[in-house]
Amino acid sequence: MEIDPLIFRLSIFILSIFVGYYVVWSVTPSLHTPLMSVTNAISSVIIVGAIIAGLSGNSDNVFNTSSIFGFLAIALAAINIFGGFLVTQRMLAMYKKKKKDKK
Amino acid sequence: MISANLSAIFYLVSGVLFILALRGLSSPETSRQGNLFGILGMIIAIAVTFLSTGNFSTGFIFVLIFILVGGSIGAFIAFRIPMTAMPELVAGFHSLVGLAAVFVAISAFLNPEAFNLGTQGNIKLGSLIEMSIGAAVGAITFSGSVIAFLKLQGIMSGSPITFKGQHPLNAIILISIVVLIYLLCSTQSSNLFWILLAVSFLIGFLLIIPIGGADMPVVISMLNSYSGWAAAGIGFTLENTALIITGALVGSSGAILSYIMCKGMNRSFFNVILGGFGATEGSTSASNKEQRPVKSGNADDAAFLMKNASSVIIVPGYGMAVAQAQHALREMVDTLKKNDIKVSYAIHPVAGRMPGHMNVLLAEANVPYDEVFELEEINNDFANADVAFVIGANDVTNPVAKTDPQSPIYGMPVLDVEKCKSVLFVKRSLSPGYAGIDNDLFYKENTLMLFADAKKMTEDITKNL
Repeated sequence: MEIDPLIFRLSIFILSIFVGYYVVWSVTPSLHTPLMSVTNAISSVIIVGAIIAGLSGNSDNVFNTSSIFGFLAIALAAINIFGGFLVTQRMLAMYKKKKKDKK
Repeated sequence: MISANLSAIFYLVSGVLFILALRGLSSPETSRQGNLFGILGMIIAIAVTFLSTGNFSTGFIFVLIFILVGGSIGAFIAFRIPMTAMPELVAGFHSLVGLAAVFVAISAFLNPEAFNLGTQGNIKLGSLIEMSIGAAVGAITFSGSVIAFLKLQGIMSGSPITFKGQHPLNAIILISIVVLIYLLCSTQSSNLFWILLAVSFLIGFLLIIPIGGADMPVVISMLNSYSGWAAAGIGFTLENTALIITGALVGSSGAILSYIMCKGMNRSFFNVILGGFGATEGSTSASNKEQRPVKSGNADDAAFLMKNASSVIIVPGYGMAVAQAQHALREMVDTLKKNDIKVSYAIHPVAGRMPGHMNVLLAEANVPYDEVFELEEINNDFANADVAFVIGANDVTNPVAKTDPQSPIYGMPVLDVEKCKSVLFVKRSLSPGYAGIDNDLFYKENTLMLFADAKKMTEDITKNL
């Protein structure tokens, strides 16, 4: 008997939860705010679904109800992707070590 | 057009890159590289999606336009946002993830052929279940985050909004969501789909309004987690590994942060979610408040104490963010350091309005991160320090949490500020903190209250040093 592909996806899902668990516990508490902003950015990989939805219209008619929701989702996810990664970068750039050359 | 197998492998690669992005955050040195991994993962995911659809017609142009429009808005916000507004920003971003998940689910429901999920009115059962769960969680994330955003921004009052029958009502709505999903899957009715969305928006709203301002660290982390689960739900629908991996990562990340925040307040997760904390406590403690003598001083006194100290520990809190005092504080510390006084910073896990809020503000003010310590790392040092400078924190320093089992904050881990030789407490007035209880620290022999705006007081002290 063949295994339903859903089971494979479920396995990936469960294992990723464990990976997430251990990886996130090792995040230093001082970087918890960047952690939130970067998780925000990566969860916007949902843009993948939005792009498929946006491209669902045919060539004569790019906009149908379904693709319009797709386009809106693309814009929302793009705000998050750019905003999330850039603000994370901006924050991380501020974390500096003590200067060694103390007068 | 590339094969489905090849694109699945690329999605896996981008999922792995996202894991590395989070892994990088284990120390500030590796974090910037981690963020680049994240960006790379995102580029791969988007590029593969384009290649696998193989559709480069007019629709493609519009996709690019929408990415550009959204991207410019996002970039603009990212560069303009002040660091003190990070909690609002993150809440706002969560709401967008939630709404995007809802839109993708709607789109898939209306046009399942485009996603290979069957035909309208006859969507594959598994996909329909995943889709409706993703949509419901996305809707809850959206409306919940909007409320959190409004509360943080101060547009909506930060005090908990409670009413009679709130919990039974929420329970009924949550059960009805489960029933709706069941009915939707058995009938494929589009009306039920819309009702499901409406009810989910409603419950997100109702779940967050009873939660007070200082519980926001938990709420934001929780919504962070929800946005992950919503993405995972959509990932199952689209059979996309990148989304499933990311959803699981984000979901567990948010859950862990909520746990850490709850532990920092010694409260159970359900206690926070059920809300209403602070509203009832405030009224009772106000009535039995007795007048006790406090010592208050001015910037001159504070400067004198600090000048004669050999080590100073600074305890920042949300009040520092409100007063935007982090830069003034750094200047004061620079002056202290010139006088060979050892300075370190002590940060309570729930200081501020989101996890790590204070660390970011101090980093913004150019405070080196190796001078900033977490509660467990520094708590023993208070006994050996000469001066504790409490700026904008309150409940997290309250010794009552260790001494009075009757207190609502009893058992909460607190900074042992009172063990210092002297305590300088910058505060606008003697009013109780968020928990609505008096801080015993105000009345201690060795405490000097500095009644002023945090920023102005810090600047005045610097002048007097």
